[in-house]
Amino acid sequence: MAYFDFEKPIQDLEEQLKKVKEVAEKGKVNVSASIKELEQKIIETKKSLYKNLNGWQRVQISRHPDRPYTLDYIENCFENFIELHGDRNVKDDKAIVGGFATFNGETVMVIGHQKGRNTKQRQFRNFGMPNPEGYRKALRLMKLAQKFNKPIITLIDTPGASPGLDAEERGQGEAIAKNLMEMSMLRVPIICIIIGEGASGGALGIGVGDRVMMMENTWYSVISPESCSSILWRSWEHKEKAADALKLTAEDMLKNKLIDGVIPEPLGGAHENPIESYQIFKSEVIKLLNELKKLSPKKLIDTRIQKFSSMGSFIEN
Amino acid sequence: MSWYKRVKEGITTLTSEKKSVPDGLWHKCFRCKKAILSSDHEANSYVCSHCNYHDKIGSREYFTILFDEGKFEELFSNIKPSDPLEFVDTKAYKDRLEDTIQKTGLDDALRVGVGMLSETPLVIACMDFGFIGGSMGSVMGERIARAIDFSRENKIPLLIISKSGGARMMEAAFSLMQMAKTSAKLALLDRAGVPFISLLTDPTTGGVTASFAMLGDLNIAEPEALIGFAGPRIIRETIGKDLPKGFQSSEFLLEHGFIDMIVPRSALKSKLSQILHLLAEKQITPKNKSEASA
Ligand SMILES: [Zn+2]
Repeated sequence: MAYFDFEKPIQDLEEQLKKVKEVAEKGKVNVSASIKELEQKIIETKKSLYKNLNGWQRVQISRHPDRPYTLDYIENCFENFIELHGDRNVKDDKAIVGGFATFNGETVMVIGHQKGRNTKQRQFRNFGMPNPEGYRKALRLMKLAQKFNKPIITLIDTPGASPGLDAEERGQGEAIAKNLMEMSMLRVPIICIIIGEGASGGALGIGVGDRVMMMENTWYSVISPESCSSILWRSWEHKEKAADALKLTAEDMLKNKLIDGVIPEPLGGAHENPIESYQIFKSEVIKLLNELKKLSPKKLIDTRIQKFSSMGSFIEN
Repeated sequence: MSWYKRVKEGITTLTSEKKSVPDGLWHKCFRCKKAILSSDHEANSYVCSHCNYHDKIGSREYFTILFDEGKFEELFSNIKPSDPLEFVDTKAYKDRLEDTIQKTGLDDALRVGVGMLSETPLVIACMDFGFIGGSMGSVMGERIARAIDFSRENKIPLLIISKSGGARMMEAAFSLMQMAKTSAKLALLDRAGVPFISLLTDPTTGGVTASFAMLGDLNIAEPEALIGFAGPRIIRETIGKDLPKGFQSSEFLLEHGFIDMIVPRSALKSKLSQILHLLAEKQITPKNKSEASA
């Protein structure tokens, strides 16, 4: 079991519990009362700890290696998934997956960033950092969804769009820009959910939706805390300060009216209890879809554009 | 059309738009370091007569170069920056804003003007790199959004001149969402059939490239500008080696199909005029001077 530094109190209690259980196994002493007490204490400690996480701690949980990724949500919350490949132009980007699937009895298009779990997979998925063809594949699939009048669900989990020679040569900026413009005009409901990391244009490139939600332990901002620290403080040392300054947590993003809602996670984060995470995810998305299905295409587009148009903070004299 | 009348009468031409460089001073080229008489440099649209270096100029200069007689009406200057996150890095954003406003005489990194270019109406939204690196915050996003609406409602073509390092980090996700906002507004302009020309100048990177700057009906670049999504330093760090010569230059983007043409600044106004006249609903030939003033 891997613990983050801020989880030290839990680690201590759980180690204590383990020892008491070992004693119990040897028989002799009845320790069931102290086991119960310790278990209760662990739950309470977790509750207060996870309620008050700061920005950097949320960033750490969002990157937990056991956190469910897009394909995990697809496998556990959707049925009949048929993955579709390629942008019909250059290649198939492995950092974005997508295809038709059944969700709660109806066909939807589900698209998301995909990270890998081990070294080999991580390279195969380019660490969840798409190239232009990834964004173009996503747009192709979204237009297919529109053609067959199916809602779109996007799952966002990226440390950013890929910075590289190929990406620039093939127009990373143009690919993302095109998606922002086209997504704003799609005639079908779009639900976007940040399930891990929401880094900058790489996230927003599949993130223009009627409902933009963040899972409780995720982050979404214009830059990662590390890069922000390196640019503004000229050192990597200030990532915690940067994470706080960026106000990148779900709670702050909702407060600033930059997202539409927060999807709760099980105590300790989605990786602590994936099954429960999937259940919460599913029931939340069903609710959102039902709200959106009542709206006409015109109403969807007008409201979507109006929502993004009202984002910003300025003084008007 | 009230703006038209005001522009014609020239009452909104600010004194700061008037000739700013006293004669007799010398300008030293940023690239070749050779000296040019400032008045000659200005007359040459701030392009070095020795090495063709296009100096980084701002909205004041572009408006003067492009609008007929330098006359225009400034729009949306009532929108001013704020500090929604009370952001502090090595300096408080609030202080950074105040100092930059003091230093530059500008109130944010983009200004919008409407006026005539070769006797056709045009809205120009132009960035000022001198204002926190031309970074895009809420003010830039909002002014662009309103410029787009103004273009759409009045059926006047739009030119956005980009010169920006990208997002304004001190506005964090507020800055990010300006990409979605401006792109969504452009979708409406697109649907209305009003021309949008994007001019990319040195440098245009980050969130500006990944939104409106790449969405022009025509994308035009000044020569030898740096244009890209990721900055060269980040790419160099990622790939662990030096970038090929000319990578992310205007010429590189033209070759890879992301811009329509490279236009030297000296030819910018005549090229824009040609394009605007070609795209006009009813093709019009620019009148000569005496007819126009009649
Ligand atoms: Zn020179």
